[in-house]
Amino acid sequence: MEAVWRNSPTVRTSLVFLAIALACLAVADIAITTVNPWTEMGRLVAGIFTPNFFATENLGMALVLTVAFAILGVVIGNVLGFLLALVFHSRMVRVGCAFVRAVHELFWALIFLQIFGLSPLTGILAIAIPYAGIIAKVYAEILEEADKRPLQAVPAGSSRASVFLFVCLPDVWAHFKNYSLYRLECGLRSSAVLGFVGLPTLGFYLETAFRQGQYSEVSALLILFYVIIASMRVWMRKPLLPIYILVSLLILPWGAAKIDTANIVRFFTQDIVPHPIRTAETIDGPALAALWDWFEHLLVGQAIPGAIDTMLLTMIALVASGLLALAFFPLISPLFYGRFGRSAGHIFLVVVRSTPEYILAYIFLQLWGPSMLPAIVALALHNGAIIGHLVGRYTEEMKLRTDAARGLNLYAYEVTPRLYGQLLAFLFYRWEVILRETAILGILGIATLGFYIDSAFADIRADRALFLILLTALLNIGVDALSRAIRARLHLRTTIEQG
Amino acid sequence: MSLIELREATAGYNGHRILHDVSLSIRQGERVALVGRSGAGKSTLLRLLYERVNGDAALVPQDFGLVKALSVFHNIYIGRLNKHSVWRNLANLVKPLQSEVDGIRPVAARLELEVKLFDSVGTLSGGQQQRTAVGRALYQQETILLGDEPVSSVDEHQARTILESIADSKKTVILAMHDTALALEYSDRVVALRDGRVVFDESCDGMTPADLKPIYAG
Repeated sequence: MEAVWRNSPTVRTSLVFLAIALACLAVADIAITTVNPWTEMGRLVAGIFTPNFFATENLGMALVLTVAFAILGVVIGNVLGFLLALVFHSRMVRVGCAFVRAVHELFWALIFLQIFGLSPLTGILAIAIPYAGIIAKVYAEILEEADKRPLQAVPAGSSRASVFLFVCLPDVWAHFKNYSLYRLECGLRSSAVLGFVGLPTLGFYLETAFRQGQYSEVSALLILFYVIIASMRVWMRKPLLPIYILVSLLILPWGAAKIDTANIVRFFTQDIVPHPIRTAETIDGPALAALWDWFEHLLVGQAIPGAIDTMLLTMIALVASGLLALAFFPLISPLFYGRFGRSAGHIFLVVVRSTPEYILAYIFLQLWGPSMLPAIVALALHNGAIIGHLVGRYTEEMKLRTDAARGLNLYAYEVTPRLYGQLLAFLFYRWEVILRETAILGILGIATLGFYIDSAFADIRADRALFLILLTALLNIGVDALSRAIRARLHLRTTIEQG
Repeated sequence: MSLIELREATAGYNGHRILHDVSLSIRQGERVALVGRSGAGKSTLLRLLYERVNGDAALVPQDFGLVKALSVFHNIYIGRLNKHSVWRNLANLVKPLQSEVDGIRPVAARLELEVKLFDSVGTLSGGQQQRTAVGRALYQQETILLGDEPVSSVDEHQARTILESIADSKKTVILAMHDTALALEYSDRVVALRDGRVVFDESCDGMTPADLKPIYAG
């Protein structure tokens, strides 16, 4: 028998990843621990179909604040990212950006909570800083691909700034605008999730409503959130942006927490210094031995188990996302469904991909109890829907011969082989995103790195938390490099718009 | 006294030699046509001449070198980017300054681009784009113009308009040309290239396109 995988590196790679995921699944904890998971599920579904938009007067404010944090965070991230993109050739800037974007918004929020408390600054910076790192990279790539031909015709002696304004910027402006809008959509999701660590955004009210079993309120919050995201291109107009910025600045609850400089100083000079060093009077033998103990304890007790669980979950979620994407993409493809079926498919994918993974995981966790299962399902659904959507749209331009097969034969013989490379490219691109998200799901109680980070912050041990965040970032950077190597090896390429 | 002087110059890309031992002396006020089959080295020679004058020349590149997202007005304005401060350039980018519009409108009008002045170049036809590129070079204050097939995308009527406006506003002109009849009509000297060498360099007086036939033969 001639095995397919012998000749196809793409299939071979896929099979290796599938095997890894199955092995991970064998050792992962995926038990359902709640007593009545399905009754609760029934109540949730009932609630989803009976949204109550007047449950609390806070609902409108939660949404307005969610948008306000997103706008300020993304605008500041955009400006910083643009400036950094201009000096992206500097190695220091590149490494710095890779680092800040390897740390998830929620971890940034946890750090800034220690420094600024519940001040709006915490939420704004938690979005602005990692986004600046991502935007800098994407803008630098866009600038690099700009049309260089006009440069030769520019008169000699023109200042560099003028040439940049007239030749480089106009060519990339439309890309920047599109990408900014995409980032704003991400920013809205990030902002919503920031509510889970105490900021007054959607997540805060969602958590409260969930805890009280007010599923109709949950439904109303989510529906309004989808409407805001889906209508973004209608309400986000350039002339209105200054007004939005101003209103956001005015509406945020600046009185919520006083910024205390002593607090800031203490955080940097004491809190984050490893405990044995902080308490030692002099740095001598015993102090260093204590530091080693501290380090060993942290590494063996938390970092290694946390990293293992993070990687287990990431690998399972990655492969599950790919499988779901394969199942999802025909839902919106004109090759498989008519206009009516496709509309339903679109709505389904929009809802699933607009819901932040964190919120999906939170919902499943309430239903099934703490294990890896809620996280796997949440990550796979969200990422599967994103990739399914991108690949499904790609089939719109696919030209097939008129006598092509139909149904499952068409799927297996004509369509999937043609877009499989594209699908893998998107999937590997999201590998690092899935890892970042996996780490953060620990905050919900799954034993990934986020769990230990959150616990360390809860115990007021910022030194441990920061060490673990650093480790998470390094893991992220490693996976990113691995993913890039695999994509290069398999000659997979995605458009830069999908950052 | 020559304006640009090349002595046994060689040039190429990526180790691939395109020009061999080219010697050429261009005096101020000369109008030179470069002719020869495609691949003979005309573009490379223009590039070399441009470097020799340290960029003190207006250039019409073969691919036009236009910024597609900007209007005809802004693309022509690029010709004088070096004459103004960054702040003035920025202001004019955000909203065209009346004084600049007044200066550029006649250039566009002469090239029959006036109605398209504020259309973005990406929406224009190939011929309109080529005229925009010529407009930018005309608006540039340099007295030398180097053009690489500057009339390749327009009809004969427009080709004459372009060549006449170039003749009126630039002192020294060197154009790579495809159409030998037009080349002879608007130049006073013709330089022919073949396989990277100058094979012919004479005054156009009394010359007919038939005299240039052998250069394209075989």
